[in-house]
Amino acid sequence: MSAIITKPRLTTSAMIASIAGEGQRTVNAPFGHALIAEAARRPNIVGMTADLSKYTDLHIFANEHPNRFFQMGMAEQLLMGAAGGMAKEGLMPFATTYAVFATRRAYDFIHQVIAEEHLNVKICAALPGLTTGYGPSHQATEDIAMMRGIPGLTIVDPCDALDTQQAVAAIAAHDGPVYMRLLRGKVPLVLDEYDYKFELGKAKLLRDGKDVLIISSGIMTMRALEAMHALADGSAEVAVLHVPTIKPLDEATIIAQCSHPGRLVVVAENHSIVGGLGEAVATTLMRAGVHPAFRQIALPDEFLAAGALPTLHDRYGISTSSIVATIKRWLA
Amino acid sequence: MTFTNKNPATTEALHIRLARHAYRIRRFALRMGEVQGQGYIGQALGLADVLAVAYCHAMNIRPDDPEWEGRDRFLLSHGHYAIALYAALLEAGVLKEEELETYGFDDSRLPMSGMASYTPGMEMSGGSLGQGLTIAVGMALGLRHKNNPAFVYNSMSDGELDEGATWEGALSASHHKLSNLIVLVDINRQQADGSSHDTLNFEPLSDKWLAFGWHVQRINGNDINAVIAAFDIARALKDPVPRVILVDTLMGKGVPFLETREKSHFIRVEEGEWKEAIAMLDASQPPSRTDLAPDLYTTGDRS
Repeated sequence: MSAIITKPRLTTSAMIASIAGEGQRTVNAPFGHALIAEAARRPNIVGMTADLSKYTDLHIFANEHPNRFFQMGMAEQLLMGAAGGMAKEGLMPFATTYAVFATRRAYDFIHQVIAEEHLNVKICAALPGLTTGYGPSHQATEDIAMMRGIPGLTIVDPCDALDTQQAVAAIAAHDGPVYMRLLRGKVPLVLDEYDYKFELGKAKLLRDGKDVLIISSGIMTMRALEAMHALADGSAEVAVLHVPTIKPLDEATIIAQCSHPGRLVVVAENHSIVGGLGEAVATTLMRAGVHPAFRQIALPDEFLAAGALPTLHDRYGISTSSIVATIKRWLA
Repeated sequence: MTFTNKNPATTEALHIRLARHAYRIRRFALRMGEVQGQGYIGQALGLADVLAVAYCHAMNIRPDDPEWEGRDRFLLSHGHYAIALYAALLEAGVLKEEELETYGFDDSRLPMSGMASYTPGMEMSGGSLGQGLTIAVGMALGLRHKNNPAFVYNSMSDGELDEGATWEGALSASHHKLSNLIVLVDINRQQADGSSHDTLNFEPLSDKWLAFGWHVQRINGNDINAVIAAFDIARALKDPVPRVILVDTLMGKGVPFLETREKSHFIRVEEGEWKEAIAMLDASQPPSRTDLAPDLYTTGDRS
C-alpha cells in the first residue's frame, strides 16, 4: 500500500469548521448576543447547557448573566429533563448542546418531559446536518426527521447570522417548545441583502425566477442564493424560497410557489434525504394535488465520512458548485 | 418550617391520625382497583404509609388550589403508581370522592398512568421511567432561583435505579447543593421481569447515594413512626445537600392474602377478591376520628 502523500491535504482540522466561505461577511456569535438582548427584556430567560456552552456561544450569555446560567454537565437527558423542570417553574430555558446529543441521546426526554406537556423550552442545538468533519458521532443528519415526529414541537433552521438573531427573539415570543438548529462562531451574514425578516412559521421568497424554484432551509439557503447567482449566466432564472420554520410548515406559501407552471422544484436541505424538508414539501404538494417536476438535494441515507467540510460538501452534493452542476444536469 | 410532634402525646396522636389516613388511602386504591378490575394495587398498598405522611403531614399544599405557587411539589416519576397517588389526592381533598368511579375509563381525569395535564395535583407525566429526578432537579433549581422555599419531592421506584438518567440527576442535585429536594425510593424489590436483585442489582444502595453526596435515610416504609421521623429529619436538615429516603415496603401491605401472594411486579387480583380485600382491610382498620377524643386527633399541623 503506497501511503506517500505528495500534495497538501485538507484535513478535518477542528470539530467545528467554519461554514463561512473565503472573504464572506460574518457576525461573531449571533446567538449569544441575541440571547443577551432578549434576556434584558425577559427576566425569566435562563441558559442551560450540557458541557458545551463555549461551543454553542452560550458562554457569552453566561458571562453576562452568571446567576441565570446553569451548567448541567455532560448529561443530555438531565439537561432536557431539568429544562422541563425549570419551565414548569415559569422560567424559559434556552438549552444548548450539539444537535446529535440533543436529538439522538435525549429524544425521550424532549418527547415526554418537554413536548408532551408543551413546556416553554428552547432547545438550541449546534452542528446541524453536515457541519463538522468528525463523522457520524457528531453529524446530526437526521435531527429534523426525528424532531418532526414530535407533536407540537416547533422546528427552526436559520440560514445566517441575521436569521439566527431574529429567530431568537421570535422563539422567545412563542409560547411552547422549540428545536432550533444553531449556527455558532463566525456565522455568515447573507440575508441582509434580501430585504428579509424572520417570521416564525413563514416561508419567504427571497428572489423570483421562472425556470427553477429552490426551496431551502438553514445554510442551504445561502448555497441556493449562490447557485442562483451562478446560474444567472444565462443557464436559468432561479427563485429561492427560504423556509426557516420546518414545523409548522408554511404549506400555503409552498403550494402557491409550486403551482407556477413549468418551474422545476428543487428542495435543498442540509439533512438526510429521509424525513426532512424535502419529504415534508413533497407530501404537502401531494396532498394538495400540486405535481411539479420535483427534485431533492440532500445528504444521502448513509453514515457519512469524516474529513474536511469542503471535501464532504462536494462529495455529498451540497456545495454551491455541486448544486449548480446538479441543476444544470436536471435542466439539460 | 414547624413541626408539632415534639412532645410524646402529640406524637402518639399524629401516629394514630396518619395510620388512619394510610388506611383510607389503601381503601381508596382498592375501590379504584375494583372499579377497573386492575391496577398496580400491590404498589399502592405498599406505599400508602409514605403517601399518608407526605400528603397529610409533611407537605405544604392547598387542596382547593393544587397549583398554588407556594406548594411543595410532588413528582410521581413512576407513572404506573397513579392509582396510589390518586388515592392520596382523594384523601388530601385535592380530588373528590365521586371521581374515583371514573378511574381508568375513557375521558377520565384519572388515567391508568399518571399524566400532568389530566389530573389536578399530578405534577408530571410519568411512566417513561427515570425521568422524574431530572425534572425535580430543574424544579429545585428553578425554585431556588425564584427564592421560593418550597420543597420538591420526587417519588420513584427501585426499578428506576436501573436508568442512567437517575444517576445523572443524583450527581447534579449534589453538585448544585439542592437542599430543597427530597427523593423517595420505593424499594419493593420487584420489577417487570422479576426481582430487582436478579434483574439489575442496586445494592448496597445507601452507600451509592452517600457516595453521590446525599443525606441518606433507609427506613421501613410501612412503619408510620419511622416514616414521620424520616420526613421531619429530611425537611429540618440544615446541610446544603439533597436528601433521599429509601423506603423498604411490602407490596400488598394491609391485605394479608395480597401480602403473601407470590411476588411479582403486577399482582393479580381476581374479580371476587376486591370486596374481600376491602373487607379484610376494614377488619383491621385503625381507630377513626369518632373513636378518639378530639384532642388526641388534632395535632396542630395541616388538616
